[in-house]
Amino acid sequence: MKETPLSNCERRFLLRAIEEKKRLDGRQTYDYRNIKISFGTDYGCCIVELGKTRVLGQVSCELVAPKLNRATEGILFFNLELSQMAAPSFEPGRQSDLLVKLNRLLERCLRNSKCIDTESLCVVAGEKSRGLNSDPCAYQVWQIRVDLHLLNHDGNIIDAASIAAIVALCHFRRPDVSVQGEEVTLYTPEERDPVALSIHHMPICVSFAFFQQGTYLLVDPNEREERVMDGLLVIAMNKHREICTIQSSGGIMLLKDQVLRCSKIAGVKVAEITELIQKALENDQKVRKEGGKFGFAESIANQRITTFKMEKAPIDTSDVEEKAEEIIAEAEPPSEVVSKPVLWTSGTAQIGEGVENSWGDLEDSEKDEDEGGSDEAVILDKMKMDTGVEVSDIGSQDAPIVLSDSEEEEMIILEPDKNPKKISTQTSAKQEKAPIKKPVKRRKKKRTAN
Amino acid sequence: MAGLELLSDQGYRVDGRRAGELRKIQARMGVFAQADGSAYIEQGNTKALAVVYGPHEIRGSRSRALPDRALVNCQYSSATFSTGERKRRPHGDRKSCEMGLQLRQTFEAAILTQLHPRSQIDIYVQVLQADGGTYAACVNAATLAVLDAGIPMRDFVCACSAGFVDGTALADLSHVEEAAGGPQLALALLPASGQIALLEMDARLHEDHLEWVLEAAAQAARDVHTLLDRVVRQHVHEASILLGD
Repeated sequence: MKETPLSNCERRFLLRAIEEKKRLDGRQTYDYRNIKISFGTDYGCCIVELGKTRVLGQVSCELVAPKLNRATEGILFFNLELSQMAAPSFEPGRQSDLLVKLNRLLERCLRNSKCIDTESLCVVAGEKSRGLNSDPCAYQVWQIRVDLHLLNHDGNIIDAASIAAIVALCHFRRPDVSVQGEEVTLYTPEERDPVALSIHHMPICVSFAFFQQGTYLLVDPNEREERVMDGLLVIAMNKHREICTIQSSGGIMLLKDQVLRCSKIAGVKVAEITELIQKALENDQKVRKEGGKFGFAESIANQRITTFKMEKAPIDTSDVEEKAEEIIAEAEPPSEVVSKPVLWTSGTAQIGEGVENSWGDLEDSEKDEDEGGSDEAVILDKMKMDTGVEVSDIGSQDAPIVLSDSEEEEMIILEPDKNPKKISTQTSAKQEKAPIKKPVKRRKKKRTAN
Repeated sequence: MAGLELLSDQGYRVDGRRAGELRKIQARMGVFAQADGSAYIEQGNTKALAVVYGPHEIRGSRSRALPDRALVNCQYSSATFSTGERKRRPHGDRKSCEMGLQLRQTFEAAILTQLHPRSQIDIYVQVLQADGGTYAACVNAATLAVLDAGIPMRDFVCACSAGFVDGTALADLSHVEEAAGGPQLALALLPASGQIALLEMDARLHEDHLEWVLEAAAQAARDVHTLLDRVVRQHVHEASILLGD
């Protein structure tokens, strides 16, 4: 399915918001979304959630013959797949550019930085020369394969994928082997505890999105922000502040000091994320040792399965009191409410006035309504008298009053300047309607002229 | 290769250069008559050929046409005989795809694509001999080819690689220095404004050293610009003589 294009007004809105240093989800410029790491029951399986972006990582291993020119080293293989469930636009044939870019970036970040000691993956060292008589089973190395699957795309795939890859590698345990001369014995997990991989450092990617030709910068763009960005700069660092990879993409023009500034920010962020990863790994280790339940089912059970699931959003309430006081001080005093009850007759009283009928001209539809009843007539007469008195008191108000004995509604005209004060019967009511600009229909109550 | 000293005590590298020295660059424009623009560059032992076709109508699906600018299509291919061991796949593998994408990104930023809406510019780069710095050689060759084709650009795009050994930043790495596994940086620069069109770095480099390596690469790119500028002027001079000015 082709990607839904982003509308111009949404694009403008996002760019305007970014110019005012606001993000749609309330984050600051350099804030990451919530990172949640959960582990599966097997070693080497983890799910990383960066906001709503979700990546599943799985590590597996196998004994194979080594590459010819690197006979003493193990083999590392990385593969990121953009699953079709991640976004509707991901289809088997359509994603090649993005896929190539992400895969190459991950490979460079994890392989070229030598985060895993490949020499420790060697079981039986091979000889460089390969004659016809050499037995291919004589030399074997571990091939470690890291498979990453994107489960949900909400922006910043590369960060989530790099965290998932390194967490899965740290969590993984390979079976233990022992070598006696030419004999290689592979122990099952029941016989001997599996062994962890030797990891030198943990490279983590941090993405910076640039907007408006490099004027504005955001860390960890979500999907909407990615659509309007000019370009992306990815810096992979480890907690020792060593840069493992830098990659600029998207055709933005950078300046040297921008790159240096980004690398400083990345250093701070990577330290935080590394701490989080360590904690998650320790927690999982503890749970497994104590014999508690672990695995995906356990971590998902904490969240209730509801249609609407909202995470807690932090709200800054530090200056709420001051703001409230300001607002109260500046607000106008509330308008006076006239609430004297007026007793028309025993059993009938009026408190306040009705609100002006805002339904407009509904003459035609209301002509058929029955307002009959002798009580009504009595009340009306009374009210007429009252208004009559009032009208004479308030000379400026020249509202002509239509009095009628008919069962139709009474109409009170409120255009004192235009219409002279008239008291006429129903028959001439219609003629009066013509010059009226704002007729106010009344059903049962009469509006006392103010 | 373990005992090879990349930087000797006197400050000489394996091939006798100093730390900030570039390899010898020789370039020619207009090597093919058929193409709109073409160029050949030799940076030390790295030899690259670039050919440009365009701007012309979009080939293939019309839906890819951009209404306000031209589409830049880059393909990178390295010959099977270009490396020490014969390569099986000259193009189509992940690394070549990535190089093509990076070249495209670089030139989309530099070419004034707004002048040619709904058309396509093709850049094909072929590496004949790879001795380190292949990305840089490709970018330099492609710049010359685009200039030869007469397509307007914001500025030259000059690229160079840089590394870091023993506390010194090296410019223009050769294959030996790249294979040693130290940090490598590839930088494509627009010299007049100092803007970086593409920045790519591999292997571990401490953050504090980043500035020196960036500066070394930027300086090397500016030196490349001086040389390329000379090549272009020479070419124009020759062409105008032939026209009987």
